Amino acid sequence: MIALIDYGVGNLFSLKSSLNAVGADVTVTADPEVIRKADKIILPGVGAFGDAVEKLRSTGLDKIIIQEVQAGKKIFGICLGMQLLFEKSFEYGEHDGLGLLKGSVVSMKGELPLDLKIPHIGWNALITKKEHPIFKYINNGDCVYFVHSYYATDCEDSLLATAEYGKELTAAVALSNVTGTQFHPEKSGEVGLSILRAFVEWED
Amino acid sequence: MITKRIIPCLDVKDGRVVKGVNFLGLADVSSPVKLAKFYSDSGADELVFYDITASAEGRALFTDILTEVASTIFVPLTVGGGINTVADFDIVLKCGADKVSVNSGAIRNPKLIEEAAKKYGNQCVVISADVKRVDGVFRVFSKGGRENTGMEAIDWIKHAVDLGAGEVVVNSIDTDGVKKGFDLEMLDAVLNAVNVPVIASGGAGSKEDFVKLFKTLPSIDAGLAASVFHFGEIEIKDLKQELRNNNVTVRL
Repeated sequence: MIALIDYGVGNLFSLKSSLNAVGADVTVTADPEVIRKADKIILPGVGAFGDAVEKLRSTGLDKIIIQEVQAGKKIFGICLGMQLLFEKSFEYGEHDGLGLLKGSVVSMKGELPLDLKIPHIGWNALITKKEHPIFKYINNGDCVYFVHSYYATDCEDSLLATAEYGKELTAAVALSNVTGTQFHPEKSGEVGLSILRAFVEWED
Repeated sequence: MITKRIIPCLDVKDGRVVKGVNFLGLADVSSPVKLAKFYSDSGADELVFYDITASAEGRALFTDILTEVASTIFVPLTVGGGINTVADFDIVLKCGADKVSVNSGAIRNPKLIEEAAKKYGNQCVVISADVKRVDGVFRVFSKGGRENTGMEAIDWIKHAVDLGAGEVVVNSIDTDGVKKGFDLEMLDAVLNAVNVPVIASGGAGSKEDFVKLFKTLPSIDAGLAASVFHFGEIEIKDLKQELRNNNVTVRL
């Protein structure tokens, strides 16, 4: 069973539907016991980093997630959920993340050529950097759907793919059992579904 | 490189797609769910659903359909039509919409944009404007293009973006239905005024019209159309191939 963590940020309808579409046994939950029993964890998220991390902390879910992942449980963070895996974010101040991956999250403002619009919205091509079980169906150049204004940086050890938008922005990360995508696999058509399928199928 | 988006728009009334559809190989051509699946399989980058129903029963049907579409089709969905309150946003977002398009509701109450953007993020709020030249000035029309609001269009769009709209759909009433191409002059004026994605609507008659749109206005983000796709006059797959042949970056 996969625990899809519901901590009150954003709408899980599409994500749950897409997981159902690839045949996942998924439970939407904020219950520590369910998360402990789950085989894998999906951490979603939209909105602001500070609010999200505060919600995880106030419910104690941050500690449970860290414990389970450090014990080897596979986790897949999506969009803000991926950003939360890192040490720090500089979105409206400075906030500590879960610290499961090295790196930090910074704004695109001032980092991109001025003619580029922020947020980075739309379908962009993946530039793959290494192989990983969650990318087993992915080819270099496959397009996926992004919506974000902040991106992860200083994360060379986990970098799985980037997308070109003025510079190469972190698109996907994976380091042993810790994985995530900045883009929305649940909105990326067949390519996105194939990433979710690969996560569901992933065995050691 | 970010790709240029091709977006079919479906007007839904009492649970059916209107504007006559004429598809080969589709038995139930007015089924929003089947049509959405067909477009998604053909390479549509996003789908827009406009609810043009007036009755409460029709509204309920619309949200049922939206739920069904969002359960089976995994590309971004924008929903518009009759969005007047933050509660209206909430209803369609819970049914699986990703973005919500506001038009007359935001003209009556511009604060709607601000409130919705605060609650759901700028990326969720799309300002859709029906624009027509009146005595040489771009004016915003409301109520489905029937009523001249008297507002200057570029000012209104800029104001909507300042309030928090994260994307703009510009529908030119002057070119809509004429099928002689997009309103490049009007779109250029909007592109010069805002720095959020701009979607061109109104006037597409052929693949060449899309090529011309993206070649003439390199910063336009997407082209939207309804009848040329519904009637099969343009196949999205062919259109994207044609765009790629003309060095426009698209998702194939």
